[in-house]
Amino acid sequence: MLTASTGWLLAAAAVLGVLSVASGVAVFVVDSMARATFALLGSFLAVAAVLLALDLAYLAVVTALMMTIEMAIMAVFMIAFMMNPAGLVPMSMVHNTRGSAVVGAGAFVVLTAGIWLVDWPVRRTAVPADPTRQLGEALMGSHMLVMLGIGVALFATILAGTLLATARGRYDRFGPDLTAHRPADPVRGGLAR
Amino acid sequence: MGETATLADAWGAVPAALVVVAVALALGWAVTATDRAVLAGGGPVPGPGRDAARLLLEQRRTTPAPDRLLWRLGCAGVAVLALASWAVVPLGSRSLWSTSADLVWFNAAEAVLWAAVWLVGWGPNAFAALTGGYRFLAQGLAYELPLMFALITAGLAAGSLRTTDVVAAQAGLWFVVTMPVAFVVFLAAAAAFAFWGPFDAPAGTDVAGGVTSELSGVDRLLVSAGRAVFLGAAAAMAVALFLGGGAGPWLPGPVWQLVKTLAVVALLVRAGRRLPLLRPDRAVEVAWVVVIPVVLLQALVVAVLVLAGFYG
Repeated sequence: MLTASTGWLLAAAAVLGVLSVASGVAVFVVDSMARATFALLGSFLAVAAVLLALDLAYLAVVTALMMTIEMAIMAVFMIAFMMNPAGLVPMSMVHNTRGSAVVGAGAFVVLTAGIWLVDWPVRRTAVPADPTRQLGEALMGSHMLVMLGIGVALFATILAGTLLATARGRYDRFGPDLTAHRPADPVRGGLAR
Repeated sequence: MGETATLADAWGAVPAALVVVAVALALGWAVTATDRAVLAGGGPVPGPGRDAARLLLEQRRTTPAPDRLLWRLGCAGVAVLALASWAVVPLGSRSLWSTSADLVWFNAAEAVLWAAVWLVGWGPNAFAALTGGYRFLAQGLAYELPLMFALITAGLAAGSLRTTDVVAAQAGLWFVVTMPVAFVVFLAAAAAFAFWGPFDAPAGTDVAGGVTSELSGVDRLLVSAGRAVFLGAAAAMAVALFLGGGAGPWLPGPVWQLVKTLAVVALLVRAGRRLPLLRPDRAVEVAWVVVIPVVLLQALVVAVLVLAGFYG
C-alpha cells in the first residue's frame, strides 16, 4: 500500500539511486585519483542513504561508516602507488576500454534480467519493529558459522597481505638471533623502546 | 510512541532541528571559550564570537592549483558532520532523531570525518596541509576501534543502541561506575577525532598548522567550529552514555544535563591541555598494544555483568 510518506521515501530512494550511479560514472570521468576515490565514496554514501530511506538505519550507518574508512585508507594507498605520488598530474581510471565495456554491458544485462525474471518473495508477516535486532539475531544465530568462517578468512588475508607487503620483519628489528635489546626502528619512540 | 518520540515529532522537524543546531553551536562556543581561558591561564581571553564574525568577513586566501571542489567539500563536511552527530544526542529525554542504531550513527558521523579532514588537507595542494591530512588518517587508525568498543560497551549494558534507551537504563546506577575505562577512552577518542589537545598533531605547529595551515575566511570558520561542535557533542554524549543523562536530585533534568556537560567540557579541556602532544605513530602503537585489550576487557566485564542480571 502506497501512503504519502512511503511515496516520498520511494522518490527519495530513486533520486539517491540515480545519484549513486552518476557518482559511480564520475569515478571513470574525473582525471585525479583523489576525485575518483571520493566520487566512489559519494556513490557508496548515496547507497547508504537509500538504505536509510528504506528504514534500514543500522545497515545504512554501517555502510557509511565502513565505506568511508575503507575509501580514506584506499586513497592513501592508491595515491602512494601511483606513478606520481602527489597524484596531481592528470590520470585516467579507464584501461582496456573494449574489454571492460563488454564485461560491464554483460553484467548489466545479467543483473537486469535477474531483477525482472526472479520470482521475488512477497512479505507475509508484519514489518518487524526493530530490524537491527532481527539482523543481529540472524547473523549471530543461524548464520553464525558462515560469519565466523568469513571473519577468520578475512583476518588471515589481512595478516598474509601485511606479511607479504612489509619490508621489515622481526629479524630486521631484533637482529638475526632476535637478541637485540632495543629494536632498530627508523623512527624511535613508542612502547618499550 | 510515548517515550521513544523524538524532538522532531514533538516540535516539528524544522523547529527541532533549529533548536538542536543552536544548542550545538552554543556548546561549541562554550568549548572554545573554556579552551582559550585554560590556555590563557587567567590572562585576557579573546572571544570566539568575535573571531567567528571576523572570519565570516575575511577574504579567502588561496594556493596555486588547489583542488577547489574537494577542498570546499572537506571544509563544509567537518561542520556538517559535527552537526549531524548532534541528531542522536538526547536533549532532555529526547533526541532530534532516533533509530535503533543511534550509537552507530554517532560513530559514522565521526568516521566520515576521516574523509572530510583528509580532503581539507588534500585540497590546497600544499605540503603542510597534506602532511596534516595523512597524520589524521594515521591517528584514526589509533582511536577508531577503542572508540567503537567504548560506544558498544554502553550499548551492551543498556541492551539497545538507542541513546534514549541508554539514558533510561542508567536509572539505577550511572554506567561510569561499572565502565570507567570506556568513559575515559571515549573522551580521549573525542579529543583525537577533533584533533585537539594531545592529539593535535594533524594541525600541529611543527607543520605550520597542518590541515588548517592554508585555511582562511569561511573555510577556517567551518573547520574550527566543526571541531569545537564535535567536542561539545562528545561531552554531551559522554553525559548521556556514562553519567546518567539528566538524572539528579532537586533540579530538573535538562539543567542537570547542562551542568554535567559543562563539567565534562571543563574536565576534558583542563586534562587535555595538561598533556603533551602524542605523535600519531606512537598513538597507534599505544592504542593497539594497550588500549584495545583494556577496552575489550572492559566490554567483557560488562558482558558478564549483563549475563548476571546486574543491569536489570
